[in-house]
Amino acid sequence: MEYYLQLLVSGLVIGSIYSLVALGFVIIYKATKVVNFAQGELVMVGAYICFSLTVQAKLPFLAAFFLTLAFSFILGIAIERLILRPMIGEPIISVIMVTIGLSSVLKSLVQLFWGTQIQVFPPVLPQEPVMIAGLPVAPVYLAAFALSIILFLIFSAFFKYSRLGIAMRATAFDQQAAASMGIGIKNIFALSWCIAAMVSSIGGIILGNINGINAQLGHLGLKVFPAVILGGLDSLLGAALGGLVIGVLENVCDGAAKEFLGLGGFKDVAAFIFLVLILMIKPYGLFGAREIERV
Amino acid sequence: MHGQCGLFFRTYAGEAQLFPSRFQKIALALFFAALCLAPWAMNKYLVSILCLINISVIGAVSLNLLTGSCGQISLGHGAFFGVGAYTAAYLANLGLPFVLALPGAGLVTALTGMVFGLPSLRLKGIYLAIATLAAQLILEYVFLHWDAVTGGSGGMALDAPSIAGFAFDTDLKMFYLTLGVAVLCVLAVSNVMRTRLGRAFVAIRDYHLSAEIVGVDLFAYKLRAFGLSSFLAGVGGALWASYTMYITPEQFGIGLSVSYLAMIIIGGLGSVIGGVFGAVFITILPECLNFLAQHAGAAFTDLSGALLAMKEGVFGLVLVLFLIFEPEGLANRWRLVKAYWKLYPFAH
Repeated sequence: MEYYLQLLVSGLVIGSIYSLVALGFVIIYKATKVVNFAQGELVMVGAYICFSLTVQAKLPFLAAFFLTLAFSFILGIAIERLILRPMIGEPIISVIMVTIGLSSVLKSLVQLFWGTQIQVFPPVLPQEPVMIAGLPVAPVYLAAFALSIILFLIFSAFFKYSRLGIAMRATAFDQQAAASMGIGIKNIFALSWCIAAMVSSIGGIILGNINGINAQLGHLGLKVFPAVILGGLDSLLGAALGGLVIGVLENVCDGAAKEFLGLGGFKDVAAFIFLVLILMIKPYGLFGAREIERV
Repeated sequence: MHGQCGLFFRTYAGEAQLFPSRFQKIALALFFAALCLAPWAMNKYLVSILCLINISVIGAVSLNLLTGSCGQISLGHGAFFGVGAYTAAYLANLGLPFVLALPGAGLVTALTGMVFGLPSLRLKGIYLAIATLAAQLILEYVFLHWDAVTGGSGGMALDAPSIAGFAFDTDLKMFYLTLGVAVLCVLAVSNVMRTRLGRAFVAIRDYHLSAEIVGVDLFAYKLRAFGLSSFLAGVGGALWASYTMYITPEQFGIGLSVSYLAMIIIGGLGSVIGGVFGAVFITILPECLNFLAQHAGAAFTDLSGALLAMKEGVFGLVLVLFLIFEPEGLANRWRLVKAYWKLYPFAH
């Protein structure tokens, strides 16, 4: 039993990082209807930038953290301006492929600058585990979980109450109507990429503090798909819950497959089997807006 | 129809011909004669690239049938290719002759493709893309963990194919085999595109509701597209297995799916000749980078390592640049070049 509780806890932690990455994904999809296959690489770039600033430039962690956010902001603008803007009006497959191309460019840039070995962050939080309900939990796990909840609340409030957030939702709902009400659509597009890059880099920094980082971090981006499909491609709440569910599900399935079937590496595929099931039963997810077609 | 000046048709059949003008027939015949003779003047390395191109052409043309012509985005084509390769290897190791193992691999892959095409009834666009991505990862897992059939991470070996006692055991012999199958596949797809089936595919791609209104059974035709495309992918995979004679799961990863998609996008979506162009381009690109890295290495030692490390990045960059600056693909550029010389020296 304790084995499964342990799996549950680590599933929640990794799930909260999926939630963060999914949040960025949903923000881009909500505002621009672009599906970003480079989300995992944005995580990786953020993690490496923060790593560079703390370890190689020896800045204090908080300073590095905020500098990384600033860098991600600029990266987001650059990606939108240079790559996504020319793709407006192109078929969906072209837009998918342009983000896939972007992901391999980012990946090989990271490999060029930092190599392929695992790099470890210096510990920021104390290493002593905290006891919760009789289970030892590392503080960094708790911090990860708390941070993703805080960010989710911030973004929910942002979309609900701020002028900019409302403008973003309006753009997502109907670009033409939003434009005619004086909303700068292009700025909204750029902003959504900026936010996505920033939340992803936060996810990357947390991951770096837990497991260390290497050039394979981008694979995390694939895990986002089951999470957002479960929640619904355009729902923030869905992304947050979907991430947590997928994190727990894959950890527990992995543990169960190891114990009962003797199957290794089931982690990588459990989420995708689940994904196919969701798509068959409820293609628009738990909270996603259903597209209605009438003839 | 982009025929030359003075070419006109009195019958529909005349217009639907694959090669409407005598010039085209002669040019193609000469091209194939040159292609058949070329390997004799090449070294082993270049012939092996030609073999890879032939195999890629099969994969690219088959994916273009599904994604370019029927509009069903598939991120799982690499895994379907792998299913073909593994089936062929398994059948060959059972002792089945190559002429039976090749279509057998195609059939098994067609079935697999149709199973993963089932969600296409309810899913469109991005949702289907993600469903096929799941297919890719699930199949990869099967390749890696179904040890009894696939040999797991150790991979599996097979002998060079032989037809009626004639073994295709050198690159040169393999070149003719792969060329023959590739030409058959290209002709088959070109012909499918001229029939009711092909027109139904295009109707579904252009607008599924109108297609349904004019009487196209969406689900049946989408499944046929998946089945046909996977059949050809399976044949391509079988050739790949018999060419490399050793297959492992990582050969059929998501990278392969992405490079097939890149081929059809760079070549031209929905155009058969585009698939061929894309396959040639994407297969040659890494070889060119290798060449460049070697020769740059002589002058600047730092650069060659960087170039090799950047291979994947260069691939991505080429893809991005193509999508931004040449969204219609090489097939369209080829058309424009032909039109230019047809009208030369009069522009328009």
